[in-house]
Amino acid sequence: MSTTTTDVAIIGGGGAGCATALHLAWRKARCVLLERGFVGGQASGVNYGGVRQQGRDPAELPIARRAREIWGRLPELIGTDCEFSVSGHLKLARDHAEEAELVAYAETAREYGIELRVIGRNAIRAEYPWLSDQVVAGSFCADDGQANPRLLCPALARAARRAGADIRENARVSDIARDGDGFVIRTADGNEVRSSILVNAAGAWGGEISARFGEPVPIETIAPNMAVTEPIPYFIKPNLGVCGGNVYCRQIPRGNVILGGGRGEADAVAMRARALPEITLAALRRAVALVPRLASATIIRTWTGIEGYLPDDIPVVGPSRTTPGLFHAFGFSGHGFAIGPAIGAIMSELVLDGRSTTPIGALTIDRFGGCDKVGELPDRARSRNH
Amino acid sequence: MSAAPPPVIVGAGPAGVRAASVLVAAGLRPIVIDEAPASGGQIYRRAPAGFMRGAAVYGSEAAKATAIHRTFDSLVDRIDYRPQTTVWNLRPGRLYTVRDGVCDELTFGDIVLATGAMDRIVPIPGWTIPGVYALGGAQISLKAQGCVVGARTAFVGTGPLLWLVAYQYLKAGGTVAAVVDTTPFATKARQLFGLLRGGKTFINGLRYVATLRLKGVRITEGAIPVTIVGSTHVTALRWREASGREGSVDCDAVAIGFGLKPESQLADLAGVAMRWNDGQRVWEAARDRDGRTAVEGVYLAGDGSAIAGADAAEIDGALAAYALLADRRVTVPEAAVAELRTRRARLTRFREALDAAFPFPAALAAATADDTLVCRCEAVNAGELRAAARDLDAREVNRAKAFSRVGMGRCQGRVCGPVAVEILAAALGMPTQALGALRAQPPIKPLPMTAAVRLAAE
Repeated sequence: MSTTTTDVAIIGGGGAGCATALHLAWRKARCVLLERGFVGGQASGVNYGGVRQQGRDPAELPIARRAREIWGRLPELIGTDCEFSVSGHLKLARDHAEEAELVAYAETAREYGIELRVIGRNAIRAEYPWLSDQVVAGSFCADDGQANPRLLCPALARAARRAGADIRENARVSDIARDGDGFVIRTADGNEVRSSILVNAAGAWGGEISARFGEPVPIETIAPNMAVTEPIPYFIKPNLGVCGGNVYCRQIPRGNVILGGGRGEADAVAMRARALPEITLAALRRAVALVPRLASATIIRTWTGIEGYLPDDIPVVGPSRTTPGLFHAFGFSGHGFAIGPAIGAIMSELVLDGRSTTPIGALTIDRFGGCDKVGELPDRARSRNH
Repeated sequence: MSAAPPPVIVGAGPAGVRAASVLVAAGLRPIVIDEAPASGGQIYRRAPAGFMRGAAVYGSEAAKATAIHRTFDSLVDRIDYRPQTTVWNLRPGRLYTVRDGVCDELTFGDIVLATGAMDRIVPIPGWTIPGVYALGGAQISLKAQGCVVGARTAFVGTGPLLWLVAYQYLKAGGTVAAVVDTTPFATKARQLFGLLRGGKTFINGLRYVATLRLKGVRITEGAIPVTIVGSTHVTALRWREASGREGSVDCDAVAIGFGLKPESQLADLAGVAMRWNDGQRVWEAARDRDGRTAVEGVYLAGDGSAIAGADAAEIDGALAAYALLADRRVTVPEAAVAELRTRRARLTRFREALDAAFPFPAALAAATADDTLVCRCEAVNAGELRAAARDLDAREVNRAKAFSRVGMGRCQGRVCGPVAVEILAAALGMPTQALGALRAQPPIKPLPMTAAVRLAAE
């Protein structure tokens, strides 16, 4: 039983929370991060491992760019590269409508300073002879890449600790209360943290906290269904995606092919997620249809983790509209791993400077109009169904 | 309202066969799924058609092997037998299989998991050199193919199987270069009274040791294996005697085994809690004396849930089947069940004495040299594991897996897991069980991607 008084309390030890603790600690703010399990135990630690800007919602692109810059400097910043490699990201079209989508997106991306190279049917056949005839075009972002999701959050947390942050694992929050202008957070182990600022980085559970402060959001719990092959000769250099997103895969130089597509089973209350065999088999079929050479590979493991998705597939990042001192960064809708490193920088600016140097205006919590069900949403907050 | 789906039995070893027998006698037609091409399990594995050695390969256990085979053969028309079929995943009420490279699924209500055991390894420097076999593998080679793994085979490890296989190699005409047991004679001698409960099994064990000694086989007890020598193939085994003297023997094969561990992955996927067996220093799936688990409709039998040997597995199989029937409100013969429980309890006490007589050498495992490979699938050595423990604070085994890749490869930690937890625990100064159990992740055996494609073609 102890009481700790701090400047900032952070709930959630995923990518957003750990990066926030790190940036706050670098700027000498006192902070305590509370994680109910291990840092990176859910979506941030068990995702696909893509680090891409291509395909992001324009509202997210400035954050993705900032994150990409941080990814490239991880060794100097936190002492490890988390196996980040700039392999490029190749997004594939399987029909002409999708090809038109790629061409249009390349225009949009250019406005944000991101150069994409659209590759036509003949050129893509020449460049990537291992792709199937299903592929009619591609769009390549040379600057994108991939990294090992298991390593990022623990590395951020270790760096944050070294910089002075108080990172607590196995610290489940049992109660959050307002205390004057500040917050009192109690954990199941009987400890108490008092802070003037609270950062809600609780991922799929972030909606519970925002609802507690009168800001419900229509958050859905999702488990991305992942699989990995045993090592095979290295031939897939870029991180591969498709329009529509129903399959994606990447190969690491040691030979394993990591692939995903579809959703597993997620139970946010029981804190349990499982890959679903039917979904796995469907993803394997799609992967083989895209890259026929994968047919000779063998799957050795499947997994998933819990993620929070919002209806427009972009997160909530910004100050609370109801509660001074409360800041949200949750519901990353499958993008938290890639953009998480920038979220720390943004949140530390919001908390300490009152504004972010990266535009986050489209990510406000009030875009849902206080709805907690998709059916009641204002139009602009519905999915773009990319 | 459709009838309840037939019960499913996974595994056709002694436990699975006895379970099937009881269910058939009760008028049910169970589905029996087995990885092997023929019934009998690993212990009573059958030689391929056309092999002539017959029951002699089972030695003193020939009568039991024959009984199990005959029982199963008499059942084949009354069960839905699916050999050469691997269960790669289990979900509530649903099994996912692969056979001849084609995926299939089936619905189940009640299931008996009789998934058997596998060898336990302590990594001795050089254990991945060609010519090194798991002890069980060396025995399978003899039973199923009539082959010895080397012209001069050295046996290293501990446990009753070490002596049994060495004896079987000798009887089959092989040359046993040495038997190097890590357990001192005195440790075994202290369990004499407990071991006497084993009756004929214990007497047989003494006979194996006596025969090996009489034939002049080099035997050492309480030794520490130092290294397996060789580059492209095994050429020698070296050890340090209890006296401190170095021992060495030339050989072209080494059979290595430190007891057995349960194949509990399917039980884990079914949601059965895992519990730490301190005597065997291994995680096993929790069940009651009749094989019932806390998960409705899931029953466990044999070495797949707790290592106790083939005789216990036969009893377990019958008890689990009776428990399943009783839960379906079928009347079961109470007296027979009580008799089975009594016999099983006796075997449990014998097993406890065996565990104490041949303890898993946890200290030896924990002391694995930094540059010795622990996880051969992912090429993780003991030093890297210790670094994950100390530098990355991996205080939980799945955490250590995430950081170091230990247990992340083809075998999913089935080989390296029990060693990895000893190394981690020693490095962290924690009790081994505090690190937890490696979680099973489907597929529990590698799944060819072509199998997924072929399902679509149907």
